[in-house]
Amino acid sequence: MLSVANLKKTYGDFTAVNSISFEVQKGEIFGFLGPNGAGKTSTINMMIGLSRPTSGEVIIDGIDVRKQTKKAQSIMGIVADESNLYNEMNGFENLCFCAALYGMEKSEREAKARDLLEEFRLKDAGKRPFKAYSKGMKRKLTIAAALIHSPQILFLDEPTTGIDVESSRQIRKMIKALKEQGTTVFLTTHYIEEAERICDRIAFIAKGQIVASGTVLELMDSVSHGHSIRFVTSKFAENLTDELQSNFKGSKVTIQSDNTLIMESEERISLLPVMNFLYDKGIDVYEAKELRPSLEDVFVKLTGIESSVLTRDEKKGGRK
Amino acid sequence: MKSRIAFWNILKKDIKNYYLKPPNISWGIIFPLSWTLMQLIRSPGENILELLPGLMAMSVLFGTTSMLSVTITFERSGRSFERLLLAPISLNVMVLAKIAGTVLFGMFNAFVPIIFASFSTDLKGVNFGIILPAVFMIAVSSALMGLMIAVSANQVFEAQTFSNFFRFPMLFLCGLFIPISDLPLFLRPISYFLPLTYGADMLKSAVTGANTLSPVLSFGILLFFSVTLFLISRHNINRKWIL
Repeated sequence: MLSVANLKKTYGDFTAVNSISFEVQKGEIFGFLGPNGAGKTSTINMMIGLSRPTSGEVIIDGIDVRKQTKKAQSIMGIVADESNLYNEMNGFENLCFCAALYGMEKSEREAKARDLLEEFRLKDAGKRPFKAYSKGMKRKLTIAAALIHSPQILFLDEPTTGIDVESSRQIRKMIKALKEQGTTVFLTTHYIEEAERICDRIAFIAKGQIVASGTVLELMDSVSHGHSIRFVTSKFAENLTDELQSNFKGSKVTIQSDNTLIMESEERISLLPVMNFLYDKGIDVYEAKELRPSLEDVFVKLTGIESSVLTRDEKKGGRK
Repeated sequence: MKSRIAFWNILKKDIKNYYLKPPNISWGIIFPLSWTLMQLIRSPGENILELLPGLMAMSVLFGTTSMLSVTITFERSGRSFERLLLAPISLNVMVLAKIAGTVLFGMFNAFVPIIFASFSTDLKGVNFGIILPAVFMIAVSSALMGLMIAVSANQVFEAQTFSNFFRFPMLFLCGLFIPISDLPLFLRPISYFLPLTYGADMLKSAVTGANTLSPVLSFGILLFFSVTLFLISRHNINRKWIL
């Protein structure tokens, strides 16, 4: 559905986006995760035709965005990083106006606007001016406006930045529902948990480059070597460390606290033999859990950017 | 068909959101009215028809240049203007739709002095067949100048400052208040590079018959100015707003 090849954007000496390439499949939710200034908005602006690439190409559903910008824009829905509807107009008028920009007839656009207001739970607010909306409502109406012409692909730039938790949750739910309807979604975010929750695939972007991309599991696997399991036991098992290591070749055992031990190995660890071993020693196992790195750990490891940078971005974004 | 729907709705939105707002309607009436009264008080015995071309030209010029540059700069600062740039309509349609509202507003401004004049003088001698195209062309060329300002300004106050920077000199160089032949020699060529000079001459031809050029020639020159300004504005938008 979306193919980006060697896309580059420079502003004088500064390279905002440095020869990035990726593909997004039809009906997929693809996320760009990175801190502010990583090149997310520059990339999205080139893909939607609001900015000219220095080099490289963007193809959407077989349409070259550089050569046939307007044709490509007719199948896109675009949500900028700010809720940029018209303050003087009410919700219904805003939706109808956006539909008119795509050439929709009056009866068609009014029916679609009513449906979207209902779907986005903004029916009662439809008659109120946009300037009287809360941030969350503004964001929802902006997304609704991007969907008014039933686009094949939706671009969302920081869809939940600066809005309340409930509205963020609703927006994430809507994005998932769009995927169910077959809409392809490309979104940028600096919220790790948001990317993890809704994206089929994620690309980490830092300093204008894609550092890694894949599904959440693929990204996790790319940094985790071997396996580690945490056992919560009934008794302190410190004196069993050497015995465990010699019985289970290749494993490394560390005692974390009184009743917790971590067993790490390059090979997959079978739980039953370990549990039987401990049982024979008079120790019950209350809990055994495979330890995997979090997406945040993976992001930090692959990009070299501390997650505190993203947290700082969240604060700047004003998330409540 | 799709472009027609988009054009009409951009125009309708601008008229409703900007031009029909009470402050702008009152500006459109009070500005020409106050100039008319000021001129009449200053020169009580003067024939109002002598003042009419100047008042009309001024009303159109001030109405159109400031309105378009301010509304576009306002929409750009709120980023709602991006919606127009990202819509699947050509830049030509978008620019034409944006200037159409301003042109109508400017024409409304121009007819306020005529309406007031009709109460105190006989307008039988006025050639409305020339007035209408003259006012239209002044409005179009002024709106396009406003668009050029909008492309250069980032903030509303910048747009207003830039507008005044060229509006006032233009008023005094276009031959409305001081005949071009009375201007210092080095200023005269500048006068002939101003669209308002030709618009004012057409208005003089329609109202008092004191024109120096043929109205058809003035119309042609104004058309040339408008097309040139349109192409420059379109090029600048393409270059500066689609980065």
